[in-house]
Amino acid sequence: MQIGDVTPKPILYVDGVTVTFDGFRALNDLSLVIAPGEMRAIIGPNGAGKTTMMDVITGKTRPDTGTGTVAFNGDVDLTKMDEAAIAQLGIGRKFQKPTVFESHTVRDNLQLALAGLRKPFTVLFAKETAKEKQRIDELLELTKLTESLGRLAGDLSHGQKQWLEIGMLLAQEPALLLVDEPVAGMTDAETAETAELLVEINKTRSVVVVEHDMTFVKALGVKVTVLHEGSVLAEGPLDQVQANERVIEVYLGR
Amino acid sequence: MIAKRIFGSDAMAFWFLAGLFIVTVLVAVLNLATPEDAALHVPTYLVALLGKYLCYAILALSIDLVWGYVGILSLGHGAFFALGGYGMGMYLMRQIGPRGVYGDPVLPDFMVFLNWKELPWYWLGFDNFLFAMVMVALIPGILAFVFGYLAFRSRVTGVYLSIITQAMTYALLLAFFRNDMGFGGNNGLTDFKDLLGFNLQTDGMRVSLFAASALALALCYLLCLWITRSRFGKVLIAVRDAESRTRFMGYRVEGYKLAAFTLSAVMAGIAGALYVPQVGIINPGEFAPQNSIEAVVWVAVGGRGTLVGAAIGAIVVNFGKTVFTGVLPELWLFALGGLFIFVTLLMPKGIVGTVPQLLDMLRSRKAQNAVAPEPPKTEASTPAGE
Repeated sequence: MQIGDVTPKPILYVDGVTVTFDGFRALNDLSLVIAPGEMRAIIGPNGAGKTTMMDVITGKTRPDTGTGTVAFNGDVDLTKMDEAAIAQLGIGRKFQKPTVFESHTVRDNLQLALAGLRKPFTVLFAKETAKEKQRIDELLELTKLTESLGRLAGDLSHGQKQWLEIGMLLAQEPALLLVDEPVAGMTDAETAETAELLVEINKTRSVVVVEHDMTFVKALGVKVTVLHEGSVLAEGPLDQVQANERVIEVYLGR
Repeated sequence: MIAKRIFGSDAMAFWFLAGLFIVTVLVAVLNLATPEDAALHVPTYLVALLGKYLCYAILALSIDLVWGYVGILSLGHGAFFALGGYGMGMYLMRQIGPRGVYGDPVLPDFMVFLNWKELPWYWLGFDNFLFAMVMVALIPGILAFVFGYLAFRSRVTGVYLSIITQAMTYALLLAFFRNDMGFGGNNGLTDFKDLLGFNLQTDGMRVSLFAASALALALCYLLCLWITRSRFGKVLIAVRDAESRTRFMGYRVEGYKLAAFTLSAVMAGIAGALYVPQVGIINPGEFAPQNSIEAVVWVAVGGRGTLVGAAIGAIVVNFGKTVFTGVLPELWLFALGGLFIFVTLLMPKGIVGTVPQLLDMLRSRKAQNAVAPEPPKTEASTPAGE
């Protein structure tokens, strides 16, 4: 199968990717196709290759399998690009541990994330436009941080940081959002709200969520991919996957 | 309230510049316009000493720009300072002309001594002041650009980067010690006579150099202030706090680091150029890694990431050094080391960060004793949760 053969053009296309670290196969012939507008949940035990997969997609790690094996929007080869180029292209990534700019205010965090200016010289002379201000206000509203806009991000609660980071990702206006364990360390109420937020986001963007929390995955109600030892073990709706013998064996450890 | 007003960011900038201006004018007037035996007379040696401190303050400012705002701990900034100093030194050597010991109209004494017949190509043009001043900024800038390009592109960060900056300044130290380099070897460049035709030893020239250093410090400070408050500056802080986040946001971090590092090196070069005519000598000792480390200590003492703190730290520590080395010279390094440990452990925000904190504490204690105190409205005291 060649890239571009699939219709409609997949937003993300990973074709038989292998990554080895000192002989350890973190990813082993991994293939994955995400359709435009789709939300996909990825589950798997520790060491299944979830984070490595995100690293490969976002340009942090190069696959052993060479060029043309990871593609965005049908025909954009991601294996040749660096993190900054991939981010500018429209792939946003949320880390497992909330990563915000702690010594900036909530508002400045969002302002820096806004899609657009990235070159040092233009950024030096940048003035905030009315459009940018409007977008920041929208995002503050969406992430329920309007009250805290002047607070330092480092002073926020764990859940608020997670939401701020999601807000920053949205500010980048990505077409595809990669979200690594968004509800780790959240309360039940926060978890439910985050599921709602992701469903809302999915109305306009494709989303890939890596998560351990089964209640959360259930709340999302989307197709699930199970990773095991660097490759896909099963794929389908959650209840179907949970009934799969192999999945029960390796993942649920019975 | 008063503490906030003085140390709040804009007010701090104002008071720093105002203070610098007042001190400069006072020193100039008290040196030039009062008789030598007057009680308030500022002796010329003190003018030169203060001028030296101001040059150190510029160096500290340049280190703060990269360390305090981008998180690049350079332990080799003394190299850029020394290169700027050598650029100025070369101009001053050419100004000596036929007045050297050997009386050669073109060649500096050390070249005659080494039996060189003509000026090496890289000394050409340094008889022109403008050319020399361009080189003072350009040479450190180019070195920083090439060094930074290679280091940042390979994503060398943290302690590894600090170590290679040390190696860089040490390599230059060894290179400049060699007579074949054509920079006077061990002895460096000295015996300067005049600058732009004016005798360096006169009081007027001393005061002019001091004032020029104060002006340079003010301009460098304003430039740093403008940069760190722009959106570019916000990106620099973002890189310091979460480099990979910045990268995954689409910023090419290398470019930002390189721009800040190169600008910082140029500033250090300018500081070195102002320093040399005031101390009258430049030799390879200026490249010693110890100098660069000392400069980092100034920044830590004054307050990293505050700009004003860097300048104040440089002046305070060097004043301490002048006093201390006069009384107990052999203990200075121990005192410096102790100071660094003290500041790191007990005053991580440095003088500029700690003094307002102490004032606030005193104030709140007073407020507690007063009748019917207003409830404190600090953001930090609101609960962290929803």
